[in-house]
Amino acid sequence: MNRGTKTAVLQNFAAIKGRALEAWQRSREGEDPCILIGTATCGLAAGALEVFKAFEEAAAAKNVRVHVIPVGCMGHCYAEPLVVIRKPDFVPVLYGKVTPTMAGTLVKQCLVENNFVPELVLAALEENEFLPSIADFPRFARESRLILRNAGMINPEEIMDYIACGGYDGFVRAMQMAPEEVIDVVRRSGLRGLGGAGYPTGKKWEICRNGSAALKYVICNADEGDPGSFSDRALIESNPHLLLEGILIAAYAVGAQSGYFYVRNEYPLAVKRMRTAIRQAREIGLLGGEILGSDVCFDLTVFEGSGAFVCGEETALIRSIEGERGMPRHRPPYPATVGLKGAPTLIDNVKTMAHVPGIVTGGADEFASIGTGSSKGTAVFAVAGKINNAGLVEVAMGTPLKEVVFEICGGIPRGKSKAKAFKAIQIGGPSGGCIPEQFLDTPIDFDSLQEPGAMMGSGGMVVLDEDDCMVEVARYFLDFTQKESCGKCTFCRVGTRQLLTILEDITKGVGRSEDIDLLVELSEDIKGGALCGLGKTAPNPVLTTIKYFRHEYEAHIARKCCPAMMCRDLIAYYIVPEKCERSCDVCVGSCPTEAIYTAKHRIKAIDQEKCVKCAACMEVCPPEYDAIVKFSPADTVPPAPPRIEEKE
Amino acid sequence: MKTITLTIDEKTVEATEGEMLLWVALDNDIYIPNLCALKARPLPDANCRLCWVDIEGRSAPVTACNEPVYNGMVVKTGTERVVRLQQTALELILSTHPVDCGRCGKNKRCELQKIARHLRTKLKQKRLRDISKRLPIDSSHSLFSYDPNKCVLCGRCIWVCKEEQKVGTLHFAYRGFAMVVTAFGGAPLGEADCTMCGRCVEVCPVGSLIFKNAEK
Ligand SMILES: Cc1cc2nc3c(=O)[nH]c(=O)nc-3n(C[C@H](O)[C@H](O)[C@H](O)COP(=O)(O)O)c2cc1C
Ligand code: FES
Repeated sequence: MNRGTKTAVLQNFAAIKGRALEAWQRSREGEDPCILIGTATCGLAAGALEVFKAFEEAAAAKNVRVHVIPVGCMGHCYAEPLVVIRKPDFVPVLYGKVTPTMAGTLVKQCLVENNFVPELVLAALEENEFLPSIADFPRFARESRLILRNAGMINPEEIMDYIACGGYDGFVRAMQMAPEEVIDVVRRSGLRGLGGAGYPTGKKWEICRNGSAALKYVICNADEGDPGSFSDRALIESNPHLLLEGILIAAYAVGAQSGYFYVRNEYPLAVKRMRTAIRQAREIGLLGGEILGSDVCFDLTVFEGSGAFVCGEETALIRSIEGERGMPRHRPPYPATVGLKGAPTLIDNVKTMAHVPGIVTGGADEFASIGTGSSKGTAVFAVAGKINNAGLVEVAMGTPLKEVVFEICGGIPRGKSKAKAFKAIQIGGPSGGCIPEQFLDTPIDFDSLQEPGAMMGSGGMVVLDEDDCMVEVARYFLDFTQKESCGKCTFCRVGTRQLLTILEDITKGVGRSEDIDLLVELSEDIKGGALCGLGKTAPNPVLTTIKYFRHEYEAHIARKCCPAMMCRDLIAYYIVPEKCERSCDVCVGSCPTEAIYTAKHRIKAIDQEKCVKCAACMEVCPPEYDAIVKFSPADTVPPAPPRIEEKE
Repeated sequence: MKTITLTIDEKTVEATEGEMLLWVALDNDIYIPNLCALKARPLPDANCRLCWVDIEGRSAPVTACNEPVYNGMVVKTGTERVVRLQQTALELILSTHPVDCGRCGKNKRCELQKIARHLRTKLKQKRLRDISKRLPIDSSHSLFSYDPNKCVLCGRCIWVCKEEQKVGTLHFAYRGFAMVVTAFGGAPLGEADCTMCGRCVEVCPVGSLIFKNAEK
């Protein structure tokens, strides 16, 4: 690009940015208050649409002028629907778990009567004299938000919002540099792929750049197939332009003219928002031919996959775009050399792409100053399971697991009558492993997580407590991987099925004494023998649970006992007569099989023959009685008091 | 094409650079177990996972069917870890494969028998669970019958049908353990478009696709 073109690019972009800033001022910093409502999938599932409508209606009814703006996910999925209210004369205030009724109250009290309704406030977004601010909460204070920074603050369906917050600055800056310089910045930043493997991003870009073909592709991998992971979805739904900008920079750097955004069709909102983003970028000349008046051209197509886990594997993903069965192939050659339709193809994960604009604007050193020696920047996790504050968390690489679980996410929820003990963290999804308590100090980074046998994976973190059976956890993941195996290679197709069959036997109490050793041997062979990453990592949940919780396996096999009281075939429910309140009948009503009857003195009892162990009675028994307990092995349950004929 | 020399199990052999190791070994009478490889196939599928070898300088065994040979390559075909992977792969296949050789038309010509003999192991294996599928046998075709239970899913038949004969009648359907070779829509092979070339039967390494006149 010559000097004149570069100047033209800057001027063209400055004009767009001027308009964006004006619009932003009007909607966010003007005379009228604004209300931001989280409308990513997590918000919508919690009722954000109804809340949105309620705000609009209440404002109209009260004749209040206000901008009601849909935004993405702030990461606090546990408190959705989340609403931020910003009035011209005060700091923005965050409200959680907002209902349509509360929306009416907030419009009246907050917008009309100037009262912040402190009892509904989660926190103020900035420090002030009146309300606690988010800086006082570990969830906000300990996070390092790089790629989630604007999530939940901007309207994901409005490109001008993104531009007003510095969006596309990175791309414009990249266009002022030579492609090789851009790659150098990414290389020096130390960014590594966040799709699972952690391959150095700059190195991959360089390989693709050096491919001699004239035609090249860039693909953003948004397949996100692991159960428990939703960070990519949240990012696309909250800030699609950030990804688009990352992809544009990547395309410019490697010299690609077209690309694909590969996303599963089970993410309809993500698909829609990405399509909108692409259309808007095209409309203002940031995508398509002659971008910003230069000779750079690039276009992006959204490709909807059908939601197969294996299609997240890069070679299977490429096959899938080519219209073939999504089956991985032997590598090398890697896609960066021989990819889509045989052309050099750069494939990066959503979170990897999302880091790129910030690295180009902030510089390699700034990014590299965050994190550990070999893992730079931040990691984003979707935290779920037995955890108080589930949601998306972005922390600096190197943050100990403990801090994420107990401080940022608020620890393990209490049971009905007592605190529950932490048992393990399942990290990395079906390819990952279970990390027990003694490794809670492990820093979150690519290399440290491998020591206990887990891996970074693509951002799923499931917290397990004392009620989770580790054999069942392994069985659950193997059931997933064996179903999701493409079926191509022997070790994966048959091997994972064998693992599953053995694990099923163990959870049913028919495991054999040699099964634990067999699981280990077979797992080792599958790891060494499978063709692709799916099979190579599928045994990890089995190996780590055996390594750290072997006693649970042994109890299932030798004594038909499930220590966590989870495996249905090995447990029995029992109503403790001394605790049963007698006149309360809720358990009777809750039982779907009429297994609960009334014994002498109106004590309730369970007919083991009829009980299907659904736990419904246990859930409804009021905590002050807490009369229902489980026994394992099932035959250790005390005999139930005899039935009596009920009087009419 | 450059001629190079390499060593396989202490034997020095000559080959053309870039040729796949499996074929070089087989051409020199060094047997490496294999089911899915086809010499004509430009991109080896490497799905059976039987052709393991150890190559000097590599940290773990690799599959020989997709390893191009180079000058000075040193290969060992019978190391302990190689044999362990081969043994497990064979056991996995056999855990779904009905072993009833006496009544199988492929008896004595079956690749699985050959591999078991090479590994000095039995065809009736006990370590793993028996997870055979018990699907119905398709004898609708006039020329051959198809027993999906014996199929090892090597994909050779699909490749010759589609790429060599340019017919494309056979495909994989379903995934994971449920994967089968089938005609479009699961139609009986007798009703599918078929040119009767018989190539699929010829390349089947086991008794899954078998000419009717060879059946027992
Ligand atoms: C079974 C399997 C599933 C995968 N799923 C994903 C996925 O959903 N998203 C993703 O970005 N990478 C996934 N990968 C990793 C990709 O193959 C590839 O390494 C990644 O997209 C490269 O991007 P990165 O360098 O930014 O991490 C998967 C790999 C395997 C083996
Ligand atoms: S012959 Fe090499 S994997 Fe099948």
